[in-house]
Amino acid sequence: MTIAPLCPTPIMQHETVQMAHGAGGRLSQVLMQRVFMPHLSNAFLDLLDDQAKLDLPVGRTAFTTDTYVVSPIFFPGGNIGELAVNGTVNDLAAGGARPIYLSAGFVLEEGFPLADLETIVMSMAAAARKAGVMIVTGDTKVVGRGQCDRIFINTSGVGAIREGVDLSCRNLQPGDSIILSGSAGDHGMAIMTSREGLSFQSRITSDCAALNGMIASILDAVPAVHAMRDPTRGGVAATLNELAVSSAVGIEINETALPVKPDVRGACELLGIDPLHVANEGKLVLAVAAGDAGKVIKVMRSTEEGRDAVIIGSVVNQHPGMVVMQTAFGSRRIVDLPLGEQLPRIC
Amino acid sequence: MLIPMKYIDEFRNPQLARNLLGEIRRITTRSWTIMEICGGQTHSIIRNGIDQLLPDTIELVHGPGCPVCVTPLESIERALSIAARKEVIFTSFGDMLRVPGSSRDLFMVRSEGGDVRIVFSPLDALQIARDNPQKEVVFFAVGFETTAPANAMAVWQAAREGIENFSVLVSQVMVPPAMRTILSSPGNRVQGFLAAGHVCAVMGYEEYEPVAREFHVPIVPTGFEPVDLLAGILETVEQLESGRAAVVNRYGRVVSREGNRAAKETIAKVFEVTSRQWRGIGLIPESGLGLREDFVRFDAEKKFNVSHIRASESPLCMSGSVLQGALKPDGCPAFARECTPEHPLGATMVSSEGACAAYYNYHRNFSL
Repeated sequence: MTIAPLCPTPIMQHETVQMAHGAGGRLSQVLMQRVFMPHLSNAFLDLLDDQAKLDLPVGRTAFTTDTYVVSPIFFPGGNIGELAVNGTVNDLAAGGARPIYLSAGFVLEEGFPLADLETIVMSMAAAARKAGVMIVTGDTKVVGRGQCDRIFINTSGVGAIREGVDLSCRNLQPGDSIILSGSAGDHGMAIMTSREGLSFQSRITSDCAALNGMIASILDAVPAVHAMRDPTRGGVAATLNELAVSSAVGIEINETALPVKPDVRGACELLGIDPLHVANEGKLVLAVAAGDAGKVIKVMRSTEEGRDAVIIGSVVNQHPGMVVMQTAFGSRRIVDLPLGEQLPRIC
Repeated sequence: MLIPMKYIDEFRNPQLARNLLGEIRRITTRSWTIMEICGGQTHSIIRNGIDQLLPDTIELVHGPGCPVCVTPLESIERALSIAARKEVIFTSFGDMLRVPGSSRDLFMVRSEGGDVRIVFSPLDALQIARDNPQKEVVFFAVGFETTAPANAMAVWQAAREGIENFSVLVSQVMVPPAMRTILSSPGNRVQGFLAAGHVCAVMGYEEYEPVAREFHVPIVPTGFEPVDLLAGILETVEQLESGRAAVVNRYGRVVSREGNRAAKETIAKVFEVTSRQWRGIGLIPESGLGLREDFVRFDAEKKFNVSHIRASESPLCMSGSVLQGALKPDGCPAFARECTPEHPLGATMVSSEGACAAYYNYHRNFSL
């Protein structure tokens, strides 16, 4: 009889996330070294301190946070990681800030494949590079099976607000032009058509993109833009309603001017959803004095994110707080906020 | 399948719409009241502002053809009771989840831990039953003749495959008996109908011919796009102006006189005609469908013994009058006050096809 002199050492190479990956011990380090650092490495993160020590430019700073729970986590045109970077970049940029630093917090479900995590981290790194921002601090927690849905990501960000720019949803003036940077509803429909087990194929891809480059070009050309918003949840309709209410003005939009891709329109028809209520992740709504609108459109169309930019309507004195659409038939209707969860109709 | 957009744009052509409107204006000499049956038509009319574009003498009143709206409160209560059970996966079309029972809706049951899932087809619910043999999977089979074929098919397949953990909570209703009820009511104002295009796609329009004769009303199977609706209205007005009352199909690209024979046969295999409660209207004899004796083991009402559950409506809600075309949504004292989409008193304010919701979303108290 031979005795094998082998001790049962703990397994250190896992294919999936284990509870111990979030416990701060050795496996946490393995996760850092194997998944996060190779892709996100930078002068701040490499120090492995519990905080990033930042030098912020002189002037006002914008600060924002958002949490991403999208399902499915991989969707046509992007994934949750890319979304988490671009979403926070856009929230900063739409306030007239130059996004600089981001944080990233991860909540991982036990059993989540590390390969998927790495793919997500790689897209975050790529998105951050493209947007010119650095992820300077982060955190990872692991929760038990069934206690979260695969992966949730929080990102916060800071940015330097440009001198001489005053963007606010309270700034709309009667006579302003309302500009939309491109087609409405792409992201939401990409998610809906890949999530809901619909038995049709679509070619709809998310518009997930960072808008800070385009916004910088716009503000370089026309610093006097009145308001900008990225129309995410609730879609263009929710954004226009928020602007109308905050500025106590009316907004009139023209149905025939609204850009909606044929596939998105088709999917919306089928599901009984208004494209104006569907989320976007790479679009911008802005209000600017009518005299400057042409210049803004020209600048936007010279960028990738804004090449389909159009004037969709204008700000009016009438019906304050309300958005009204001129239909293709010459009638008028209210464009309201969507109510709660988007539900498909039944016949 | 790729999403087809062809055959939609043509029927949204503003120039075609203007031509039809011009023709309607030209031939209209008197006041007429026309009811569109289907909630989908109501929404298209309000959303596109067709009611604003018609001559003032033509009034459109909105019919009962919203399945969510007419599903009786007691069916909702029974659904809530079944959905709350631990062993049940309750599946439903999305619209039903927000319809309030006496105090709760299916979303609330879900938030309390009930397994409530939105499906797009009863056949998806059947698949959930196949995948979860240890669970009881229940599908909320509501709707008009449009949902009946797929609902029947799900039950028929379950029987064929012996899937015993699947059942349906049936609240299935039919259009012609409701039309008769409206036409027979003492205060009836309806002089002509736009019949519901999708219902006619399944059932054909043969069954409307006796109604048109008996009550001397024009009945025009009509589609849902602006040009469809205007073509249907034009045909109805032409008949009214000339004193005719016939069934004339204005949704020819979808509807035939006989309808879809395979769908009708499937319905007849699984369902039989029965009396049904209509929310806001009451009991209409022979107005709905129930499972035949052979399929009664798939009846969730019996399986979970919920037939005893009864319920009564909010006294403020006047959806019964709205559903019969006797009252316009904004004529209800509770409209946009006690009753809003966030806090609906009745289903007509909940459903994406409900007339009250259409008025609230697109017109409200605002003079366009």
